[in-house]
Amino acid sequence: MRRTTLIRPRDAAPELRKLERRLMLKSGLSLGALTMLTGCDLNDGDVFDRALFAMSHFNDRVQALLFSRTRLAATFPASRITNPFRFNAFYDEDDVPDIDGATWTMAVSGLVDDKTPWSLARLRTLPQESQITRHICIEGWSQIGEWSGVPLHVFLKRIGADTRAKYVGFTCADRYYTSLDMPSALHPQTILALDFIGKPLPPDFGYPMRLRIPTKLGFKSAKHVVSLSVTNTYPGGYWEDQGYNWFSGT
Amino acid sequence: MQDTRGAPRERWVTVHPLLVRVTHWVNAVALVCMVMSGWEIYDASPLLPFIFPPWMTLGGWLAGAIAWHFAAMWLLAVNGLVYVIYGIVGRHFRRSFFPLSARSVWMDFRSALALRLHHTPGVYNAVQKLLYLVVLLFGLLAVLSGLAMWKPVQLWWLTAALGSYSSVRWVHFVAMTGIVGFVVIHLILVAVVPSTLPTMITGRARVPAGMEAHPDA
Repeated sequence: MRRTTLIRPRDAAPELRKLERRLMLKSGLSLGALTMLTGCDLNDGDVFDRALFAMSHFNDRVQALLFSRTRLAATFPASRITNPFRFNAFYDEDDVPDIDGATWTMAVSGLVDDKTPWSLARLRTLPQESQITRHICIEGWSQIGEWSGVPLHVFLKRIGADTRAKYVGFTCADRYYTSLDMPSALHPQTILALDFIGKPLPPDFGYPMRLRIPTKLGFKSAKHVVSLSVTNTYPGGYWEDQGYNWFSGT
Repeated sequence: MQDTRGAPRERWVTVHPLLVRVTHWVNAVALVCMVMSGWEIYDASPLLPFIFPPWMTLGGWLAGAIAWHFAAMWLLAVNGLVYVIYGIVGRHFRRSFFPLSARSVWMDFRSALALRLHHTPGVYNAVQKLLYLVVLLFGLLAVLSGLAMWKPVQLWWLTAALGSYSSVRWVHFVAMTGIVGFVVIHLILVAVVPSTLPTMITGRARVPAGMEAHPDA
């Protein structure tokens, strides 16, 4: 993947203030669109950038309408699992974070009743689900894998999350971050995965816990998750803030 | 038509209705955006052992290309829908592309190769009719395979109808190749008969004295 040039925030600030005012007044675009604009470099042309982000935001809404909470992603027999499974990240395999599962915890914040951090052992006490689904990369390739873990809707219920909130955001040990719309977060196949093909997640595939969401493109399935938040403030995402479509549903 | 003195002379007739001209040029812009951004997306994970050189692509990198592709798709789809509805309801397809027989395609193809096929303003020869129909089908295939690739879960039935997620990429690639192949032939023909270019803008074609023309309007 090619590297992207990021606009330095202080360079873009005056332009953004102007833009924010204009957008706020004009069409009440969500905070999401504004946040997305801050780190964007889709094209050198300012006008093109804005038009493309407006369209991307429009496509978010179209995809939310197309999304069904009950429609399931196709599942496959174990014989279809891709072997070997491909490593993919925004860094080399050598830089995969080295995490101690015994001391690891996931922080919980935002619109939830219970903000107690979660250890691996405690996550294992919750009901577990398994799925063999296709992981589709935004680049066009795909592979089939098996993930098991806690359905996110079970977890959200357990921590007393306000499921009327708009977003569930995740941050990771490798400084990756992403976010989901609430309907997708509550989809039955969205899981906090602890195992890959019957064994604890290998470091390459997100040890000790990763998100697995087959109703979205692969980059939404964040690895090495360290925090979860339920919020109405658009959390963005590592790639989303650089221009990937936020909803990216399949 | 003759002038007052009774001698036949050249005249101008409208051969392309306004709606066909507008949708043609909007489609040209949308198609260039779709194909060039599509090539950039292809380059992120090539199907064949080659990539499209960056100067031929649009978007700069994958995110930019996807943003272009999924913005231009609306222009392509809305414009295409207007054209197809007009084509069916306004009988443009029926008038311009039919009747069409294998025999007439073969005859016209042979005449064209022998450089004996003449261009009559407002009339498509059988080879042209076939090409326009085939590119419309490729266009339909590109749209359907594109949707199937975009939404393999929500539109699973469409993806299943075209094979699987991995085969749909190939279908989309083949449809693109068919469309680009058409554009190449189309542009060569325009180069051979350059008078067709201003006609596609103004809609009007000059009909030489004594020649019949078939206005499409």
